[in-house]
Amino acid sequence: MADIRFEGVRKNFGKFAAVDAVDLEVKDGEFMVLLGPSGCGKTTLLRCLAGLEQVDSGSVHIGDRDATDLPPRRRRIAMVFQSYAVFPHMKVSENIGFGLRMQKEKKSVIEERVRSSAELLHIEELLDRYSSQLSGGQRQRVAVARAIATNADVLLMDEPLSNLDALLRLEMRAELKTLLQSLDATTIYVTHDQIEALSMGDRIAVMNKGRIVQLGNPLEVYDNPADTFVGGFIGSPPMNFLEAKVTTNGGTSSVEVSGGSFGFPGDVAALAGHSLLLGIRAESIGVETAAADGLVRAKVIVLEPLGSYNLVTVRCGEDTLKVSISPELFPQPDSDIWLRLEPTRIRWMDRDTGVAIHTGIEKLATETAVVIS
Amino acid sequence: MALRRLRIGRALAYVAAVVISLWILAPLYFITVAAFSTFDAVYEYPKQLAPQNVSTDTIRVFLDSEGITESLRRSMYVAAIAMVACLLIGTPAGYALARFKFRGANPFQLALVSTRAFPLIIIAVPLAVTYLRFGIDDTIYGVALAHVAFTLPLTVLITASVFAGISYELEEAAMTLGCGRFSAFRRVALPLALPGVAASTIFIFVTSWNEVFAAAILTLTNRTLPAQMLAALDFSPLPYRLAGGFFLMAPALVVIFFIRKYLLTTWGSAAR
Repeated sequence: MADIRFEGVRKNFGKFAAVDAVDLEVKDGEFMVLLGPSGCGKTTLLRCLAGLEQVDSGSVHIGDRDATDLPPRRRRIAMVFQSYAVFPHMKVSENIGFGLRMQKEKKSVIEERVRSSAELLHIEELLDRYSSQLSGGQRQRVAVARAIATNADVLLMDEPLSNLDALLRLEMRAELKTLLQSLDATTIYVTHDQIEALSMGDRIAVMNKGRIVQLGNPLEVYDNPADTFVGGFIGSPPMNFLEAKVTTNGGTSSVEVSGGSFGFPGDVAALAGHSLLLGIRAESIGVETAAADGLVRAKVIVLEPLGSYNLVTVRCGEDTLKVSISPELFPQPDSDIWLRLEPTRIRWMDRDTGVAIHTGIEKLATETAVVIS
Repeated sequence: MALRRLRIGRALAYVAAVVISLWILAPLYFITVAAFSTFDAVYEYPKQLAPQNVSTDTIRVFLDSEGITESLRRSMYVAAIAMVACLLIGTPAGYALARFKFRGANPFQLALVSTRAFPLIIIAVPLAVTYLRFGIDDTIYGVALAHVAFTLPLTVLITASVFAGISYELEEAAMTLGCGRFSAFRRVALPLALPGVAASTIFIFVTSWNEVFAAAILTLTNRTLPAQMLAALDFSPLPYRLAGGFFLMAPALVVIFFIRKYLLTTWGSAAR
C-alpha cells in the first residue's frame, strides 16, 4: 500500500545510460507494466526501485519516504526474479517463510502465512520439497508465494513468466492477474512481451533506450502510439507504416501513398511542413473486392488463416502491409484487393523524428471504450 | 552389431576403471596390511594378500621411534593453522573475486595462478634466508606460514569459482526479503558454497600434511611428520617406512571419506 515516484532517475553503466532521466508516478494499488525490448532499461529501473542498483542521480520515493539511499530490506518491497531465485538449500516452506523469519515474526504467524500464501498459489502439497524437485512452473509459484508472504507495500516482478512454456504462460497470466487483483499491493511488472503488458497492466510505460516513450492504459498505447517505435513494438502484427504525402487543392485535401491516393476530410494544417509516415493498424484497414472511389489497390502476397481472422500480406505500390480481414474471406496470392485507409484510423507520424502528429479527426478507441462494472 | 560394439566399449571402460583403481588402491592396501602386520611378516615374500597375524607391533615400533609422536602432533598443528588461515583469508578473497568488478581483477587472478608456475626448489634458498633473518626458522608457525603461502592462491581460485557458480540473484532475493549484504552472504551464498569450500579445505589439509620440501629445509628440530620421516628414511627399517607411509595417507583418506558427499555434489553438479 504505497504510491511510487521516480524523479529524474539516471543510471549509467560506464558510458552507457541504461536509465536516462526517468520520471514516473505509480498510484497506490496500481498495476504498472514496464514494457520494452531487451536493453531498454526496464529491468534496471526496477532494480533501482528495489535498491539493488544505486541511482546515479534523481530520487526514488516509496509512499511518503525518500527511498533513494535505503538498502533493499528497508524499502518494504518484495521481488519476483526472472530466474525465480528460489533458495535451493531450503524447503519450499522455508523459502516462503524466509522474509517473515528475517522480520522476526512469531513462529505461529509465519506458519499461518506460509500456509495461506501456498494456498493462494496452489502449492500446499509442495511445502516439504526442495527446489530441485520442482518443475519450472512450480518454482515460479514458490517465488510468487515467497514475495506475497511478506505483505510488502510494493511487489516487483521481473519477467516472471518468460521462462515458462507458452501454454503455461497463458494460464499463469490470468491466474497472476486474478491473484494480484485480490491483493492491494502496488505492482510493477517488467516484461518484453507486449501481449503480457496489454493483457495485465492498468497502465503501461513503454520504454526505449533508457527513456519512457509513452505512458498510458493498454488501449491508449495500442490505439494511439506516441511514436513509430511504440506503434511498431506493440501489437501483433505491428502497425503498418507507409510513406505518404498530403496535398491540398482548393478546399479538399488528398493523401498520396505509393499505391494510389484518396481524399482526406480533416484539417491538414498540423501536417504541413513534415515529411510524413502514415500509420495504420492491420484491423483498421477496410478491404473491398472491387475498385471504387477512395480505395487503394493492393496485390495479395500471402494469406495466413488464423482462425479468428485471416491475415493477408499485401503489396501496395512500394509498401508491404499486413491487413487482417474476415476469417471467411480468402483472397488468393496474386489476386487484387482494394484497401480503404480510413482517415479517422490513420495515425500520422513525422518521418524524421518518428513522433505522432495529431490532426484532430482521429477516432480514438479510448473515447468509445465501454467499461462495465 | 552396434549394440555389441557398445557393450564391448562399456566392458573396456570397466576394465580400464578397475586397472586404474587397482594401480592407486593396491599400494595403499599393501601399506595398510604391512602397517598392521607383525614385524617379521613385513619382510616375508611372497606377500600375503590378506593380513595373517594382525598386530600393532609395527605401528607401536614406529610411534615409539625418536621424535615421531611429536612430529605427528606438529603436523596436525601446522595443517590446522594452514586450514584456518586459508579459509579466513581465502574464502572472502574468492568471494570478492567472484562477485565484484574491480580494477585489476584479471591480473590478480593471473598472478594467483602464476604462483604455481615456479617449482619450490627455485625459491628454497631465498626462503630459508628470509626465515633466518626474521627468526621464524625451525618453528611450526614458520612452516604453517609457508603452507598457507603455497595453498592460499589455489584456495582463492577454487572458492572464487564456487561462488561464481552460485547465482547472485539468490543473494539479491535474500536482500529484498530483509537481509543485509552480510546476512545474505551468510544465509544463502555460504551454505550453498559449503561443499566447494569443504573441497578446498581438504586440498589445504592434504597439501600441508604431505608437504615435505619446505618443512625439511625450514626446520631442524621442530620437524613435521614427512620431514621427520625424510630425515630418518635412509637409516630406518622397512616396517618403519611402511608404518610411516600409513600415517601419511590415513588422515587424507579419512577426511575424504567424511567429506566426499560434498565433493560429489560440487563436482557432480558442475559436470551436469
